[in-house]
Amino acid sequence: MGTVKETKIFEKPESMTDVITHYCPGCTHGVAHRLVAETIDELGIRERTFGVAPVGCSVFIYNYIDVDMYEAAHGRAPAVASAAKRIRPDMVGFTYQGDGDLASIGMAEIVHAANRGENITVIFINNAIYGMTGGQMAPTTLFGQKATTCPLGREASVNGYPIRIAEMLATLASPGYIARVSVSKPKYVLKAKEAIKKAFQTQIDKKGFSLVEVLSTCPTNWGLRPVEATDWLEQHMMPYYPLGEFKLPE
Amino acid sequence: MSGRMLMKGNEALAEAAIQAGCKYFFGYPITPQNEIPEYMSKRLPEIGGVYLQAESEVAAVNMIFGGAGTGERVMTSSSSPGISLMSEGISYLAGAELPCVLMNIVRGGPGLGGILPAQSDYFQATRGGGHGDYRLLVLAPSTLQEGVDLTMEAFGLAEKYRNPVMILGDGFMGQMMEAVEFPSPAPVVSSKKEWAVGYTKERGKRAVIKSLYLDPEQLEAHNAKLQAKYRAMEQNEVRYESYQVEDAEVVLTAYGTTARIARSAIMNLRSQGLKVGMLRPISLFPFPYAPFENLPASVRHVLVVEMSCGQLIDDIKIGVGRAVPISFHGRVGGMCPTVEEIEEKIKSVIGK
Repeated sequence: MGTVKETKIFEKPESMTDVITHYCPGCTHGVAHRLVAETIDELGIRERTFGVAPVGCSVFIYNYIDVDMYEAAHGRAPAVASAAKRIRPDMVGFTYQGDGDLASIGMAEIVHAANRGENITVIFINNAIYGMTGGQMAPTTLFGQKATTCPLGREASVNGYPIRIAEMLATLASPGYIARVSVSKPKYVLKAKEAIKKAFQTQIDKKGFSLVEVLSTCPTNWGLRPVEATDWLEQHMMPYYPLGEFKLPE
Repeated sequence: MSGRMLMKGNEALAEAAIQAGCKYFFGYPITPQNEIPEYMSKRLPEIGGVYLQAESEVAAVNMIFGGAGTGERVMTSSSSPGISLMSEGISYLAGAELPCVLMNIVRGGPGLGGILPAQSDYFQATRGGGHGDYRLLVLAPSTLQEGVDLTMEAFGLAEKYRNPVMILGDGFMGQMMEAVEFPSPAPVVSSKKEWAVGYTKERGKRAVIKSLYLDPEQLEAHNAKLQAKYRAMEQNEVRYESYQVEDAEVVLTAYGTTARIARSAIMNLRSQGLKVGMLRPISLFPFPYAPFENLPASVRHVLVVEMSCGQLIDDIKIGVGRAVPISFHGRVGGMCPTVEEIEEKIKSVIGK
């Protein structure tokens, strides 16, 4: 028997801490976190990056991503990041926000940060529901989708239409890069990584505001098993929230 | 900036901030403080700073959160309804221990109220408009020169305690013109490299700027740390002026512009032989309770004069207790107490 030579082919990004995440089984926040951390590593910007955490399930992102971090008030991360980046243009700034945080309470802040062309990167997690508070309706909740505050399912006449953030912000002149990706299955994860890296590169190249909308699962509040949740995302979210790039840097 | 200059109040306060090393301003327009952001939008780019007009007061205070987290000197200014909108963010600033200066040029309320001068936000400033057990260090200048001096000091105090400092002015102060002189700024002593965003490499450790502590023991400990700072402020930062109190029978108390009006009344009454003096709080938190607890034996009455329906009077009651009777005279809504009114009120409490 000869000795077995071990080769490490997969490891934790340097920009992630050793803390075990608090996310539910089948939740894709962990994947999105990892893609952000890998991007920071690959661009070699760990010591000059700051992140801004939202209020929501990912409020504790500062426990997992090992860079300077702010924890913002609910929805206000783009305002926090705008000021920090203007004072420290040498740094790379990102916000990480859920759909309740960004598309509901923080709508004014995200629209104006995008419209000012703030040179920051926004990672927007769209799982069509409020996770942390226990499954209430979000601005992104789909028609017919049940939530604890729309028990019969979302209806346009009562709750309005699910908001397509990527398309809406792409109507503005200022943003440099806007894309929608998914992290529900490996084939989508690879594309998501490319988009996140492109978004950070847009900022590094000083080409203005960048946002990546990440379609994500919430099996716990969708009432589905993790595998069912990935299928549900593909069958229900993707038709309404098409993947793609909506704005590219000039 | 050297020698005495005639300046409009709001502009003098803005220049004082710049002289103190504030290069970053985030705000939203509201009357009667618009000359502050207007002045900043012109001056800050000239000195390599940043002026950014926010989309709302809510965004402005959160820009202050982001800016203060870099450890640089940042300021916002607003007026009463705007400060209400900022109050959530002010609680977060205090919770995350971020130094910054907030200027509040108070106007009449409640609601949209009016745009004329008032002092009806004393409770909001000293008892917290936001949630949680936090305190602001609140400084209330009475003249423009004092406003300049206190603004220049405010940045150092904010850094010393890692806490927001509020300059509580009123619409009179913002709009009047007066000769002011800018003192030499104190040297900056900042601990930013120990805690602020942007020094991971130097420090060998990242920064986390936050106010969330889900573990109750940790949150209690965090509150204890904050309270220790507030107790230290009470030890070190009490400021007040005592004016002709030594032999006074009536002690009048007022702050801000109201104290200037009251001073004229006291001078008139003194010339008529009436023994009247004034205790003027300058720091509203920490409040100068001691001089009210230790009034001279000659004092028979305390008169509180405010441009509110009676807010400062609560602190006077805490200080004076039941030692002597306390009377109140207030005008509100943009109306202000006149010298004659105050003289009459003093005469009536003396019984002359």
